[in-house]
Amino acid sequence: MSSDPLDEIRIVFFQECSELLEELEDGLYAMRDGEETDDTVNAVFRAVHSIKGGAGAFGLDLLVSVSHQFETVLDKVRSDQLETTPELIDLFMRCADKLQDLVQSAKNGQDSDASVCDALVAELLRYDAPAAAPVAAAPAASGDEVAFQVAPLDFSFDDEDDTPAASGGWTVTFTPHAELYQRGNDCCHLVGILKDMGAVSVRVETDNSPAWDSLPVETPFMVWTVEMPGDTSEDDIREVFEFVEDDCDLKVERAASDTPAAPQADEFGFTPTQLDLSDDPEDDFVPQKLDLDLDLPADEPTAATPVEASPPAAEPTPPVQVDDKPKAPAAKPAAAEKKTEAKSEAASTIRVDLNRVDRLINLIGELVINQSMLAQGFQSLDAPVSQQLSDGLGDLRQLTRDIQDSVMAIRAQPIKPLFRRMSRIVRETGESTGKQVQLVTEGEATEIDKTIIERLSAPLTHMIRNAVDQGLELPETRLDSGKTEVGTVRLTAVHRSGRVVIEVADDGAGVNRKKVREIAVEKGLVDIDAELSDSEIDNLLFMPGFSTAKAVSNLSGRGVGMDVVKRSIQALGGRVSLESEPGKGSVFTISLPLTLAVMDGMIVRIDDQLMVVSLSEIIETIRPTAAAVHQLTPTQRVILVRGEYVPIIDVGFELGFRPRLEDANNGVILLSETEAGDRSALLLDGIIDQRQVVIKGLEENYGEVPGVAAVTILGDGNIALILDVDGLLRLSEDTRLSDAA
Amino acid sequence: MSLTILAIDDSSTMRRLVQSTLVQSGYAVEVAEDGIDGLEKLDQVKPDLVITDINMPRLDGFGVIEGVRAHPTFNKIPVLTLTTESAAEMKQRARKAGASGWIVKPFDKDKLLMAIKRVCGV
Amino acid sequence: MTELEPNISSANNVKCISFDLGEHEFCVDIMVVKEIRGWSKPTPLPHSPAFVCGAINLRGTVLPIIDFAMRMGMPQTEPDASYVTIILEVGNKVFGIVVDAVSDIVTLDFDTLQRPPELESSVEESCLLGIIARDDSMMRVINTDVLFPRQVAEAA
Repeated sequence: MSSDPLDEIRIVFFQECSELLEELEDGLYAMRDGEETDDTVNAVFRAVHSIKGGAGAFGLDLLVSVSHQFETVLDKVRSDQLETTPELIDLFMRCADKLQDLVQSAKNGQDSDASVCDALVAELLRYDAPAAAPVAAAPAASGDEVAFQVAPLDFSFDDEDDTPAASGGWTVTFTPHAELYQRGNDCCHLVGILKDMGAVSVRVETDNSPAWDSLPVETPFMVWTVEMPGDTSEDDIREVFEFVEDDCDLKVERAASDTPAAPQADEFGFTPTQLDLSDDPEDDFVPQKLDLDLDLPADEPTAATPVEASPPAAEPTPPVQVDDKPKAPAAKPAAAEKKTEAKSEAASTIRVDLNRVDRLINLIGELVINQSMLAQGFQSLDAPVSQQLSDGLGDLRQLTRDIQDSVMAIRAQPIKPLFRRMSRIVRETGESTGKQVQLVTEGEATEIDKTIIERLSAPLTHMIRNAVDQGLELPETRLDSGKTEVGTVRLTAVHRSGRVVIEVADDGAGVNRKKVREIAVEKGLVDIDAELSDSEIDNLLFMPGFSTAKAVSNLSGRGVGMDVVKRSIQALGGRVSLESEPGKGSVFTISLPLTLAVMDGMIVRIDDQLMVVSLSEIIETIRPTAAAVHQLTPTQRVILVRGEYVPIIDVGFELGFRPRLEDANNGVILLSETEAGDRSALLLDGIIDQRQVVIKGLEENYGEVPGVAAVTILGDGNIALILDVDGLLRLSEDTRLSDAA
Repeated sequence: MSLTILAIDDSSTMRRLVQSTLVQSGYAVEVAEDGIDGLEKLDQVKPDLVITDINMPRLDGFGVIEGVRAHPTFNKIPVLTLTTESAAEMKQRARKAGASGWIVKPFDKDKLLMAIKRVCGV
Repeated sequence: MTELEPNISSANNVKCISFDLGEHEFCVDIMVVKEIRGWSKPTPLPHSPAFVCGAINLRGTVLPIIDFAMRMGMPQTEPDASYVTIILEVGNKVFGIVVDAVSDIVTLDFDTLQRPPELESSVEESCLLGIIARDDSMMRVINTDVLFPRQVAEAA
């Protein structure tokens, strides 16, 4: 595996971003609706903060700049320095939208428009007025005493020079305070780094220490003196002590003389002494032995292990500074509680590679086929089968179904993120069309197969845009007609009789039937004299080539019409229909299967080919009698069913497999009703049995086949077409029309 | 010379980045996704060093530092904070809470290693 | 299934699978060949072009099968169990072509590819990348991108 680990982590980052963006959105919605808890703002802050952190690591500058300013303003809000107003929340939402865009672009390796980002940042900056923030106090320079301002000496430190090494070098003196050790720092490490930097000599002086057995361990008494070569930079030396500058007395001075550094005359007046410190046996730590292999002048001691300053039991740990965040301590316990809940919910989920789930689903599909084949095999045995065997097969069938349901449930996800995306579309579309809209959603928790959700996004987006752009009137117009200024788009999802039903409703003007009819006639889709019911006119919108947008609106998809939407939804095994009331609004209803992968079907036969019809579309099976079948025209037959004439579809003929059946009486009729309520009588040769089948698509490797929705693989390995009743209806209508012509 | 480091950050990206960088440099790294998780892992992981983010749910970085400094066994181990803010104010807060040092995000690999060296010696 | 060696291309040597159709030799870049199998009766697809025999089940994947001869504009053959199906993967489309037998694996220098001469069938011409001389025969190099027409349903 030669993949760059950074690439892998990048993927993790983008995954994390989508989770964070969702949390961000949730939080902002809660804030907008006044439903926030103590932790909401914190959570929102943290989401942006984390995005910023990762973005920085991957050099995504625009993302960093927007999230940084976003975070800054959020920080103000969470520390109660800034009040949330509707305008501010709106700005936050737009920022969240922008972050989403930037993440998406980064993911696709595209560039983003910096000017839009700059504009947002500018807006955010307005809330970042310096007056509001307590200016960060200059760090208490407690131990930072630079006794001398060193004037740069003009010594060039050269080995070949006669100048003694110490001349022009630095003398670093530092005395640690107790706090240094309490914060987990250790002089030895720092001196070790100085040694790596080329320290010439190191001395430790402990003259001022009391007798060892009475050493108050928490107070170090040692003074370290380290000589550094002259070519070291003072900044570099000081940087080593960056972490501890407040916890020690540090002096960095030019070596005053050209003799090997003599003990500095400091306030303690130490003289070097031999040190021999033993380990503190109670400590779990192995103290770091400092081993300096330096050419030390003879009278200087080898520094030994420093005293371990174990924290005295009584001394309290340094208090956490929370002065400028008054809300935080109170929030913490509450937050801890709330998040424990969330955490325990979260803890019961795991992240799984979708490919693995798909593989599992395919295997289950094979299992279904296998079980089906087994059942078939036993049936065809034609010999009596023992009760035990029969029961066993029944159990197997049930088990297989249960496993299948469970596996399908893995891929089922709440439709919420999709709905959330729509709210953004509504916002943007409203803005660009000058309409005032609010999106109301219901049934966010409704679960659908993940793949369906993904493929639903484009058609749903189009429908929502349409609703705002074409359905809703301008605010003034609405007021004039006694409506509220703000239009409403309702997006709902619900499970109903084994399917998922999604509705997109608007309270706009409804379908302009006159205009629709005109355009349809203009485009030659309808005859000028044709008599159409209201519902038929409404559904003209779904016809290919239809688009009421005269100027190809940038929004509603560049003239991409509702026909594409309909086809996308049908490709998912779903149906879409439209109901409209002039002046009141329109409702688009989408009905989708719960899962793309499996379907309950009726196995039917035409000649020796087996096919499948979805059980959900079958009302009943009929043995046609001569009396019931009527020939309307040479090519059009109907059958009388309980007083209603239902058109007969000669499936074998419509699929192009054989010429028309002369006699309808010898076949079998499957009475079918589509989602839209269209009834048809499918004429077949025989009905075999009912079975659950795994749906396999044809689109990927082949294309669309009119009259065929998909295919399945039967237990014997043969392929069976899954019929598309709607499509067959259309085919038969086309034949009817072309015959009549 | 393998130090054991416990890295605490609620961002999975950060955890991965820190872990990846440090493992490549020869350290053993365990991770935790928030402060409480991190403190709970102390006894099991027995780290020589804790690196913690500041902004985390449930228990933030300051809480972690406090928790480490109050631990009967690990109270003296160095703790580095990961912060996106280089503001002196944040460093002060971290220091006051008992942090041994800090690393600024996005972190520079060398700076990270140097920070570790400063507080651990290796 | 034939063992296929990885294609080592230097300059422009391309390993190809060659097969006969009538008296002509055709070849296809080995890189697009997914596997070679025997022949199994495909399930007919409604309203498909004549050269589409139907679809088969390949370990759970449904693939369309093309009768190669018909695709080249030659009269329909009646494939039987002795025929061979070459499964191709072009882009993200997987499909099979039925030929009567596979001849060989050959390495051809694509730098010597020439435009096809006037062939009897313009359909055939449109399916070729060109021709390459080999020994004393002419290998017709198939253009797999166009072999499976995009708008299949409309071609019917």
